[in-house]
Amino acid sequence: MARDPVLIFTEKGIYCPDGDFFIDPWRPVARALITHGHSDHARPGHGSYLATAAAAPVIRHRLGDVAMDTIAYGEPRRIGGVTVSFHPAGHVPGSAQIRVERAGEVWVVSGDYKVQDDGLSEPFAPVPCHSFISECTFGLPVFHWQSNAAVMGQINRWWAANAAEGRVSVLGAYALGKAQRILTGIDASIGPVLTHGAVEATNAVLRAQGIRLPATTQVTAGVDAASHPGALVLAPPSALGSVWAARFGPAAQAFASGWMALRGVRRRRGLAQGFVLSDHADWDGLNAAIRATGAERVFVTHGYTSVFRRWLETQGYEAGIVATEYEGEGLDAPEAEVIAPPAAEPTT
Amino acid sequence: MIRFAALFDALDRTTKTNAKVAALAEYFREAPEADRLWTIALLSGRRPKRAVTSTELRIWAAEAAGLPLWLVEEAYPVVGDLAETIALILPAAGQTSDRPLATWITDLIALTGQPAAARRSFILAAWDQLATAERFLFNKLITGGFRMGVSRGLMTRALAEATGIAESALAHRLMGDWSPQTTSYARLIAPDDPQADAAKPYPFALAAALEAEPGSLGQPGDWLAEWKWDGIRGQLIHRPGAFALWSRGEELITDRFPEFAPLADFLPMGTVIDGEVLAWHAAGDGAPQPFAALQKRIGRLNVSKKLLAEAPARMLAYDLLEDAGQDIRARPLAERRARLAAIIAALPGGMALALSPPVMADDWAGVATLRATARDRNAEGLMLKRLSSPYHLGRKRGDWWKWKLDPHTVDAVMIYAQAGSGRRATLYTDFTFAVRDGDDLVPFTKAYSGLTDAEFRQITDWVRRNTLERFGPVRRVPPELVFELAFEGIQASPRHKSGIALRFPRMIRWRRDKPVAEIDTLDTLRALLAGQRGFSTPAPPEDI
Ligand SMILES: [Zn+2]
Ligand SMILES: [Zn+2]
Repeated sequence: MARDPVLIFTEKGIYCPDGDFFIDPWRPVARALITHGHSDHARPGHGSYLATAAAAPVIRHRLGDVAMDTIAYGEPRRIGGVTVSFHPAGHVPGSAQIRVERAGEVWVVSGDYKVQDDGLSEPFAPVPCHSFISECTFGLPVFHWQSNAAVMGQINRWWAANAAEGRVSVLGAYALGKAQRILTGIDASIGPVLTHGAVEATNAVLRAQGIRLPATTQVTAGVDAASHPGALVLAPPSALGSVWAARFGPAAQAFASGWMALRGVRRRRGLAQGFVLSDHADWDGLNAAIRATGAERVFVTHGYTSVFRRWLETQGYEAGIVATEYEGEGLDAPEAEVIAPPAAEPTT
Repeated sequence: MIRFAALFDALDRTTKTNAKVAALAEYFREAPEADRLWTIALLSGRRPKRAVTSTELRIWAAEAAGLPLWLVEEAYPVVGDLAETIALILPAAGQTSDRPLATWITDLIALTGQPAAARRSFILAAWDQLATAERFLFNKLITGGFRMGVSRGLMTRALAEATGIAESALAHRLMGDWSPQTTSYARLIAPDDPQADAAKPYPFALAAALEAEPGSLGQPGDWLAEWKWDGIRGQLIHRPGAFALWSRGEELITDRFPEFAPLADFLPMGTVIDGEVLAWHAAGDGAPQPFAALQKRIGRLNVSKKLLAEAPARMLAYDLLEDAGQDIRARPLAERRARLAAIIAALPGGMALALSPPVMADDWAGVATLRATARDRNAEGLMLKRLSSPYHLGRKRGDWWKWKLDPHTVDAVMIYAQAGSGRRATLYTDFTFAVRDGDDLVPFTKAYSGLTDAEFRQITDWVRRNTLERFGPVRRVPPELVFELAFEGIQASPRHKSGIALRFPRMIRWRRDKPVAEIDTLDTLRALLAGQRGFSTPAPPEDI
């Protein structure tokens, strides 16, 4: 009799029948294994949560007092008929790929990942497997990232030039991951660093778990361009152009995101400056990561799934698509809608 | 190319007019003269003849990147620009080069007509020595659509700043059918031959759409109301050594309309008239024919006797720009019109030139009542011009307004086509349209009615031959066919990429005469949105 596959795709999310658990489910379930704390992966309402020790504090911070069990990277744990373990995904601090093994057959769910070392997150580690479920947020060959150091250099030069002209620099970055990656990478000697409350709350959680970040000042009443001339302000992307940002006067504004690789996206957002900085793998990164798993079967999710699946088929993989309810890369602003192909546009 | 890329980047990163002008002026002071000339040409809509097709570019780029062609074509709609898509997918350049813009263009021009293998190896070699930003611009030189967010007026202002030559003199010199291959930078901006300007038209003054009530304009007595004719806006020039008719698109169309030739004998020397070329009813009733009649004459260099008899051309004169060799554009409209009327009155009978009649009424309500009859006269509505106004350089808000009959129209380009249903199931009738947003095309509406079956059949043929991609029943086509769409209202719609939604959009005309470069912009629609509260419907005359 044929057994169920190790993992199956249900309307609640990725499910393991032999372990009776879900991975990053989007509907409430009894038992959830969570790759990382971004809102499209760690949803409220589950009976119990299992995440890495480094990911757990942010999840607790976001979801409150949930039934949370933690696990170390690489630690095998038996759940029902399978063994699971969590491995660094390089996406944000504590982010994991989840490995599920049943009688020698190995499946890996990538969660969100990048292969580039960002100087903050535990570096991505390829996990050999038979079946790999990979995100493909940037799964088109137009996305090629520069090195972390190169982009940090661009941000430093932009900030320094603005400071020299007496302007504040407001940089939009997702509050979990991107903002702290930038904090870690910039040259803090250029000027004071201010943070939006959403960024500072995440900073506090990460600092409390032992991650070292440069000194920051949260923007509160009285903190503005006059009190902190030439400052760099880290804020969620939604704060760009907002009333909140108006206190900094004629500030330079920029957004750090992989989408900034596309001129049209940057222009539609009305931004003079974009930094191409992503916590997801670029085209070459996705292909290299998939190759490194040695998997023969690849399921793709989150992003340009149909195109990427077709590409993988031409590369000799058996490929499929995992449909998800949520698309988008971040804590604050789902970006997928910005670049939805025109054919999919509603027109009424 | 590095300097040109830096200019492009500077222009691309700001929306502030002053910053754009400063960046351009600096470029016009410092770039090699040949590069300045080509930059002026590109920014005024002149581009080198296309040496390579978009299809070839895609195929060669896919080969150079080691990617299947379909993958490149999937990436294109996401990026929204072919030149950029190609720049992004290519592997990093193996070499660097600082060849100037003009050299690249000269080489591209020399490439026209070469065998495919030679063109391919040139393009691949070029890609391999250009950084991503330069590559994007190089590709743009080939694919066209250079916009750079700089209007011609802004470019002229920057050039004036860089050269110290008056803006109006420069604007005049940049008109006409010059190209960088027929002139030099020095000759273009400061011709030493006074005859060089002889046949050149003045920049056309343009009107903004009136969104407010006409009552907000003040006393009707301060205004000239005239019909907004639906023909070809033209400038008729009679100067020593030159008799010329220019279209607003700066095309010399003198020879296409032999009806005007006799005017060369009767118009005083040193006369420049702004007017509308219309197809006229040959038989007695003295009225213009619909635009479609004139359309038959557009693009025909040799007009048959039959067509000349069916659709004789006539110009209705709006304005006088030059009188007895004097540029009188700064004089008030009232004076210019009086001089124009005198010139026309002195012409012998039978000339194909007449004064565009003023629309007279005692008050705005009376004007509005007459406006409601515009369609019966084959006019699009009214023009309202302040009698004290000069003949402005380009579009200046405040003095000239177009008060169209239809609430709103927009010129847009078709980007997707879908088959209709029922009777029209075999025809492509449902189209998705885009307007320009900088260098991008942004889809903003669908429309599926308003053309004849014969036109739909013709378009269907074209769609089948030009399909780039299929998404189920939808076909993506190259952005080439331009349509005029009418709609009843506009509202903000965050669900759409364009941020707007139209009410009752329909096609009213296939604009075969209109190049894609001249379609409307998203900013025009946004301005329309900003200028109204909710949906507007055509106001009945009694409400005004
Ligand atoms: Zn994530
Ligand atoms: Zn995600």
